[in-house]
Amino acid sequence: MKFKLIAEISFALLRARLKQTMVAAFGVTFSITMFITLLSFMGGLNDLLDNLILNRTPHIRLFNEISASSIQPIAKSKAYAGAYNFISHVKPKNDLLEIRNSEAIIKALKADPNVRGVAPKNTVPVFYNVGAINLTGVIDGIDVDAENKLFTFQDYVVNGKTMDLKNTPNSIILGIGVAKKMLVQVGDNIQITTSKGTQFPLKVVGFFQSGMDEMDKIQGYVTLSTTQKILGKPASYVTDIQVKLYDMTLAPALAKKYGKLFETDAVDIQTTNSQFKTGSSIRTLISYAVGITLLIVAGFGIYNILNMMIYEKMDSIAILKATGFSGKDVNTIFITIALTIGLVGGALGLVFGFGLSAVIGQIPFNTASLPTVKTYPINYNPKFYLIGAVFSVITTYLAGYFPSRKASKIDPVDIIRGK
Amino acid sequence: MEKKVIEAIGISKSFHDPLTVKVLTDISFSINAGEFVSVVGKSGCGKSTLLYILSTMDTNYEGELLLDGISMTNKKDAELAMVRNEKIGFVFQFHYLLNEFNNLQNVMLPGLKLANLSPKEVEHHAYQKLKILGIEKEALKYPNQLSGGQKQRVAIARALINEPLIIMGDEPTGNLDKKNSDVVFNIFKELAEEYHQSLLIVTHDLDFAAKTHRTITMEDGKIMSHGLSSS
Ligand SMILES: Nc1ncnc2c1ncn2[C@@H]1O[C@H](COP(=O)(O)OP(=O)(O)OP(=O)(O)O)[C@@H](O)[C@H]1O
Ligand SMILES: [Mg+2]
Repeated sequence: MKFKLIAEISFALLRARLKQTMVAAFGVTFSITMFITLLSFMGGLNDLLDNLILNRTPHIRLFNEISASSIQPIAKSKAYAGAYNFISHVKPKNDLLEIRNSEAIIKALKADPNVRGVAPKNTVPVFYNVGAINLTGVIDGIDVDAENKLFTFQDYVVNGKTMDLKNTPNSIILGIGVAKKMLVQVGDNIQITTSKGTQFPLKVVGFFQSGMDEMDKIQGYVTLSTTQKILGKPASYVTDIQVKLYDMTLAPALAKKYGKLFETDAVDIQTTNSQFKTGSSIRTLISYAVGITLLIVAGFGIYNILNMMIYEKMDSIAILKATGFSGKDVNTIFITIALTIGLVGGALGLVFGFGLSAVIGQIPFNTASLPTVKTYPINYNPKFYLIGAVFSVITTYLAGYFPSRKASKIDPVDIIRGK
Repeated sequence: MEKKVIEAIGISKSFHDPLTVKVLTDISFSINAGEFVSVVGKSGCGKSTLLYILSTMDTNYEGELLLDGISMTNKKDAELAMVRNEKIGFVFQFHYLLNEFNNLQNVMLPGLKLANLSPKEVEHHAYQKLKILGIEKEALKYPNQLSGGQKQRVAIARALINEPLIIMGDEPTGNLDKKNSDVVFNIFKELAEEYHQSLLIVTHDLDFAAKTHRTITMEDGKIMSHGLSSS
């Protein structure tokens, strides 16, 4: 009831200065539009760049680091208990790369409710033989189904199908960089040599392109059983267990737990990829800084129009106060004007921001290294809209605060005496 | 004894900018309910200053002010605003109508602020006040569409809307020609006689003053004559 009167007075003053208030509101609209667009675009870009790495990276990786055992036999000897020993040139054991008991570990991991999926892997350093030249490379033995499910492996295979890898014995999917160097086509046979000198023929069933040139120049994928065959190891031989979680943030804690439980090394994604997060957060920071700067400029627009209004409406303010409106009422009137400009401008800004980012999201964006991306990436995170709305209200409130306080302090006697 | 609507007890005021000047010295007087009082005096003798104090807009004074028997001294700003809203009606030399609102709405504003009545009732009252002042036809026009005299009458209607204890005017006819002054004077007279409205009007117009119930004469910040028949 009481606020209705205040609001009516505010809107009457607004209407009397419609053009200027529209310009002020447009300032807010513009800045919120830009804020939303910028953040959505940056967010999309961040996701794209992060996913380039993160999609293909397990949340937790269990493996055995090659290192000499920290407990040497002499330490266990009763005869030398309490004595010091020094051993030079300790060498690691030969079988250390293998994760022992891998089948049981995989079973246990699959039963863990935090775990979305488990993909075992063997990594084998090899040479690709091209005539007289050997190219160094790495072959990963993978579980094709798990790899498709957890790391969207199929998205990166540009020629051929992942299923062929599973169905054709002794087959390989080659990195596009390697394939170019070797001048091979899908269907050709190639020869590889392991570090132990074993030669092995493989049939090329596809190419893949990860978006990372360095990786595409050395990497090849075969099935787990193929690597076991190449190395002459039993079917339980696994050097890496990759784990994907439902909640990535649990990775550091769970990595520690699994490492202890399964007596292997365990590393989490946060540790291996900290540099990517830093890049994203700096890009995000810049977007926020630009957005907030725009908003502050819009805030000055509101500040100006309010000051002008107050200057023009001195008489009205004086008579309102003389006829019983308190300083607080006058303050509320001008804060209402400021917030109306902010809310209307801000709401339009949110709509236009959504529209503009949707338009940008339609612009074609083709890059050879990202086969799955066809248009500019946009992240429609509701968080951006919430932050935009909150910021627009806060800035307009602050912009309205000082002029409103000035208006509330106007002494009607000064004005009336001045006439 | 008649009820005193307003009573000033030893009110003094000085301005300190740039030099300390005492503008009002020990002003004491009272106005009874239904009285029509005028204040006259030479330019600069402190009439407006006194009126601003009596109207509670200026709180920077010494002495005591009673409105309706209640002390206004040391009240908070928000409380004084409520007192002005409810008990005092103002008419100034300038009309101070809000151009964003039509005349009817201008009259209604203090009534809506008081909120003792529903907006519909306030509108009805405002219409009646405009009728008393003979300008009900201009109700839906805007202030800038009226003549000076008409604007002043709308301002008087606005002063009347909350049926105040007292109406105060600072040269309300100062901007008007003879004919319009007479119209406004007759309205005041009618309010006093028919509605027993108390009025305190500052004026330069001695003819105007002579026709009121009582004339207070000021000189150099002091009251020279209370205009009472006995004194
Ligand atoms: N803000 C101020 N600062 C200093 N002196 C002031 C101020 N306002 C008024 N005065 C002085 O106070 C005295 C009284 O002024 P006031 O306006 O009350 O006179 P008045 O009787 O209403 O005169 P008039 O009939 O011309 O309107 C004048 O001498 C004026 O110069
Ligand atoms: Mg004066």
